Amino acid sequence: MPTEPRLPEIERGTEVFAVDPLTIRTHFEVDYQHSYKQDTPFFHGLAKGKLLGSHCPKCSYKFATPRVHCMYCGGPTQWFELPTEGRVHSWTVCYFAAQEFLKEVPFTLVLVEFKGVDTLFLSRLVGVERRDIKIGMKAKARFRRKATWTVRDVYFVRAET
Amino acid sequence: MRPVYVIAGGITKFAKANPAKDFRLMVKEAFDSALADLGGKLTPAEIDGSVISYFSDHFTRQLKAGAMVQDFVGLCPKPHVRIEGGGATGGLCFQQAWESIASGRYEVVAAMGFETMSQVETAKGNEFIALASDTDYDFPVGGYYNGYYAMMVVRHMHEFGTTEEQFARIAVKNHNNACHNPYAQERLALTLEDVMRSEYIAWPLKRHDICVMSDGAAVCLLASEKAAEKFCRNPIRISGIGAGSDCMRFADRPHGQVPLLPHEKKSDYKHLKYPGVHSFRAGRVAAMGAYKMAGIENPVEDLDVIELHDAYSSSELQTYEDLGLCKYGEGGRFIDQGQSTLQGKLPVNPSGGLLACGHPVGATGLMQAATLFWQLQRTIPKHFGNDKLQVKNARRGLIHSHAGTGTYVTVTILEKP
Repeated sequence: MPTEPRLPEIERGTEVFAVDPLTIRTHFEVDYQHSYKQDTPFFHGLAKGKLLGSHCPKCSYKFATPRVHCMYCGGPTQWFELPTEGRVHSWTVCYFAAQEFLKEVPFTLVLVEFKGVDTLFLSRLVGVERRDIKIGMKAKARFRRKATWTVRDVYFVRAET
Repeated sequence: MRPVYVIAGGITKFAKANPAKDFRLMVKEAFDSALADLGGKLTPAEIDGSVISYFSDHFTRQLKAGAMVQDFVGLCPKPHVRIEGGGATGGLCFQQAWESIASGRYEVVAAMGFETMSQVETAKGNEFIALASDTDYDFPVGGYYNGYYAMMVVRHMHEFGTTEEQFARIAVKNHNNACHNPYAQERLALTLEDVMRSEYIAWPLKRHDICVMSDGAAVCLLASEKAAEKFCRNPIRISGIGAGSDCMRFADRPHGQVPLLPHEKKSDYKHLKYPGVHSFRAGRVAAMGAYKMAGIENPVEDLDVIELHDAYSSSELQTYEDLGLCKYGEGGRFIDQGQSTLQGKLPVNPSGGLLACGHPVGATGLMQAATLFWQLQRTIPKHFGNDKLQVKNARRGLIHSHAGTGTYVTVTILEKP
């Protein structure tokens, strides 16, 4: 005798946070094939232990965080190697973070300024206690031995004064 | 451009979590409360279209949520558009709604906003918001907004000698105001000690210096002069519109000169490099545009009340300066002197601001607009159930909406005709 068609029963239940109003756990995850596109040379640079900025040949403006076009004249910029030593322009110590970085707290973020360069660069400062961090203190770039191919391949430490 | 009026506003009570109502139902509640305020004279049939604001598709996990709102409140098949601009989403929505009337396209428009942030844990919510910063350069190092604003105020402290106590005083002011606002999320009678002793989140910002995640909705109805006369006994005119923007990465911002307001001189800022990371250039540019349109020459003299975007107590202090309530560098003194308290010369955030009301992003700018509208209508006692927060004789006010690190800012002037 033919049986009625039916869906198979589930093997594992759904996580329920609350019954009324009914609140269940749903999950969302995605892998991207993320290209750095025109900024690729910057990330290649990090893997070679170099920090690359860009400068506008027409305006002479120097960007510490690279932009392939000048924000003033719109013309194309050229890559150049930034000094590996700069100064702390501003900073904070994070005791809470976005979920992805919660396991790393506390950590220190710094905006680094470089002599003769017009804009700043955001990075981590490692190995300095909060009470010892001062605006204007010298910091030098360090690079990870094994590249992650992200901006996390560079970080800063205190430089000798 | 023809004159535009606000004719009604509606807000849901902002809450940490409102799991019993989805975003559509919350917006409908605010929408119905705005319609009820007009005593049933205006029905959805007379609304020509809508502008809908919400910030992050991640919180709803639903694309085209705006279309679902339009459908749920019964405005189909009329036109609508979704607006998104980070934290300034609500302010941009209000200005877009203004434009739809000013241009002559619509007679009556609904500006409707919401956010449902309780869908995820706070750290995940911070991550969703952090995706509004550059995801190649800023987010991967652990960048998120509490950290960015902390670095901005640390530089302000360095440039001008601003102290932690000074911005903590703003947190005290706004939380105490909110004790009289029934729509507010955090109605806490905080003392300076409470704020100073709350835990550091991103040094020097502490728990009570930072606004909270929220579920909420807000609606404003805007109309032409003819429609305003027909539907509303006490409309409020929109007399100034200004907006500005700045580099997405705050590290990229220039170190140049201050764009001056009419009451400032070049010599006021001889040695100041602007905006750097200490000030919000978009806020200054937005103020300049709105003041010019409304004919405001000295904001402290010409305005009676302000609702501004205080996602951080520090950013309220910095915004005093962008809006020209005092010179750059004098924001700390402005709060020390109590100028922005309810009893001060120019009350700022009598509602309690984002710090105490909560910040359901897409609703926030419209909540500010509805609150200022009631201030100028002098109907705060009716809407809040008490007169503690009604600014006496308020005639002209300002609303200010601001997106992360100051990438978008809107400034809008409302006044009693």
